[in-house]
Amino acid sequence: MQFFFEVLIGGLLSGVMYSLVALGFVLIYKASGVFNFAQGAMVFLAALTYVGLLEQGLPALAALPATLAVMVVLALVIERVVLRPLVNQPQITLFMATIGLTFFIEGLAQITWGANVRGLDLGLQDEPIQWVTDATGMAISKFDLVAAGVAAILVTLLALFFNRTRIGRALRAVADDHQAALAVGIPLQQIWAIVWGVAGAIALVAGLLWGARNGVQYALTFVALKALPVLILGGFESIPGAIVGGLIIGASEKLAEVYLGPFVGGGIEGWFPYVLALLFLLIRPEGLFGEKIIRRI
Amino acid sequence: MFYREAGQFKTSYQADVAIFPIRQDRIAIALIALTAFLVIPLLATSYVFTGILIPFLILSLAAIGLNILTGYAGQLSLGTAAFMAVGAFASYNFMLRVPGIPILLAFIGGGTIAALVGILFGLPSLRIRGFYLAVATLAAQFFILWFLTKVGWVTNYSSSGVITAQPIVILGYTFATPAAKYLLVLSTVTLMALAAKNMARGNVGRSWMAVRDMDVAAEVIGIRLMHAKLLAFAVSSFYCGVAGALFAYAYLGTVEPEAFNLDLSFRILFMVIIGGMGTILGSFLGSAFVTLLPVLLSVTVRYLDSNLNLHIAESAISNLEFMVFGGLIIFFLIVEPHGLARLWQIAKEKLRLWPFPH
Repeated sequence: MQFFFEVLIGGLLSGVMYSLVALGFVLIYKASGVFNFAQGAMVFLAALTYVGLLEQGLPALAALPATLAVMVVLALVIERVVLRPLVNQPQITLFMATIGLTFFIEGLAQITWGANVRGLDLGLQDEPIQWVTDATGMAISKFDLVAAGVAAILVTLLALFFNRTRIGRALRAVADDHQAALAVGIPLQQIWAIVWGVAGAIALVAGLLWGARNGVQYALTFVALKALPVLILGGFESIPGAIVGGLIIGASEKLAEVYLGPFVGGGIEGWFPYVLALLFLLIRPEGLFGEKIIRRI
Repeated sequence: MFYREAGQFKTSYQADVAIFPIRQDRIAIALIALTAFLVIPLLATSYVFTGILIPFLILSLAAIGLNILTGYAGQLSLGTAAFMAVGAFASYNFMLRVPGIPILLAFIGGGTIAALVGILFGLPSLRIRGFYLAVATLAAQFFILWFLTKVGWVTNYSSSGVITAQPIVILGYTFATPAAKYLLVLSTVTLMALAAKNMARGNVGRSWMAVRDMDVAAEVIGIRLMHAKLLAFAVSSFYCGVAGALFAYAYLGTVEPEAFNLDLSFRILFMVIIGGMGTILGSFLGSAFVTLLPVLLSVTVRYLDSNLNLHIAESAISNLEFMVFGGLIIFFLIVEPHGLARLWQIAKEKLRLWPFPH
């Protein structure tokens, strides 16, 4: 039983890491109706830029704002070059454009900083906390706890931002209907620049945490794929959904790997989240917290 | 002036339902077919066959498959490569385990198995749609590849998980040379493209398009949603399955499941989008674009590299290709969101009026 809880908690905490990436997706989807496949590439670029700047001899405190600046500039460029010409196109076209963007950003990141695997040290030990282990016998990493804390803070801030501020409401209007939002005088271009900038900042946070855990390498871009089942489980438009979905996916995939894996030859972590999300969708087609879709003729 | 249907009257029902109703189209198609079947086999080198033409044709077939599902029936799918893998590995097992089976029958069998798997993974489309469905099809992509890697029976317990395609023998003739394989692939693709074109303009295709444009409305006018959607999944997966079998037998030779990864799925989706959703011609144009672009890019970059003495590192070249590829995709989407097939439509309008402006 103790082993079960250890696996469960480990899964929940790794789920938080998925949530961090999923948050970036949700933010952009909620605010512009764009399914941004490039979020994974942005995570990669952010982590790589930060590490690259550190290697150039910048102190961590200077590298962080510099990376943030890079992400914001990237957001502005994306808005100007990719999104503005594609206003009011069908969602699939925008989705394809973000896949093109993924290729571009991945190439750009590796051309600028090289393709070597690098370590990233945030000064957090990825080892069990002693007193928790003593008290309960379970190994819980300090690193995971900090990641969970960061995610909690981000979610609270974003929820406040979306529900309580003027810009947040404008974002939701844009998500519903580009043209209608333009018609009532919402400055679409500024809104998009802001939201992509914020998504870039979230990508930076996710990139730092994932980079510190797995090393800064090309494989970071695949993290985005793990965020997708989280998204459909939680619902595309829901920030709490991203968190809850992340927790469910993280916990169930670890439990499945440990308890089901041995019967079928292992390696089921790769597809289990998708199948779980798929089965879940059969019951609730819009995910846990997604907006109910009403279709009329 | 050159492309004008004035004076071409349809005097019979047969003429009215012809696949290519305009004479100029028929001449063009005949010329293209003549070139593809007779001229190219005489002129092309074996690199052109194996490096460009065969993958181009096979991926066109897969793109037609995805286009049926995404372009005509409106169900976004990211699992195309997995259905190709099912076709390839099922054909291999038919060849292996059914003694004396003709290889074309094994291909059809592979396509049929892929169609069944497609129906299975198409079931969620009855409940979910849009991006939810797209992500759900990723389940197919990851699950099928895992299954093919983990279940030894599928690869005949080969230790590395790699299968070697049996030689292609039809009526005692062995298709061993690149030119022979090219002709086999070309014939298959031509037949299946014609079939797809026919399906698209018939009853089936129209019900798909109705479902795509608005499924609730389609249901109201009496289209059976379940039937139409699952049929789209089945037909699409059949095309992908046959394409996968050809990919294994006529192109790669030795195949591992990883050859059909998510990257391939995305490339086929690119072909459909860049070529034009809901057109058969677009599948070919898109496939040509996506297959030729990397070749052209690498030739250009290497040419610049050696002539200007830039000394770009090998890894930088591949990254540069990534960037140009991504950039061009965005460029095309901005310039012509309806794809290359739409450009051809516009060109036809212009040709009709030429040399007058309007």
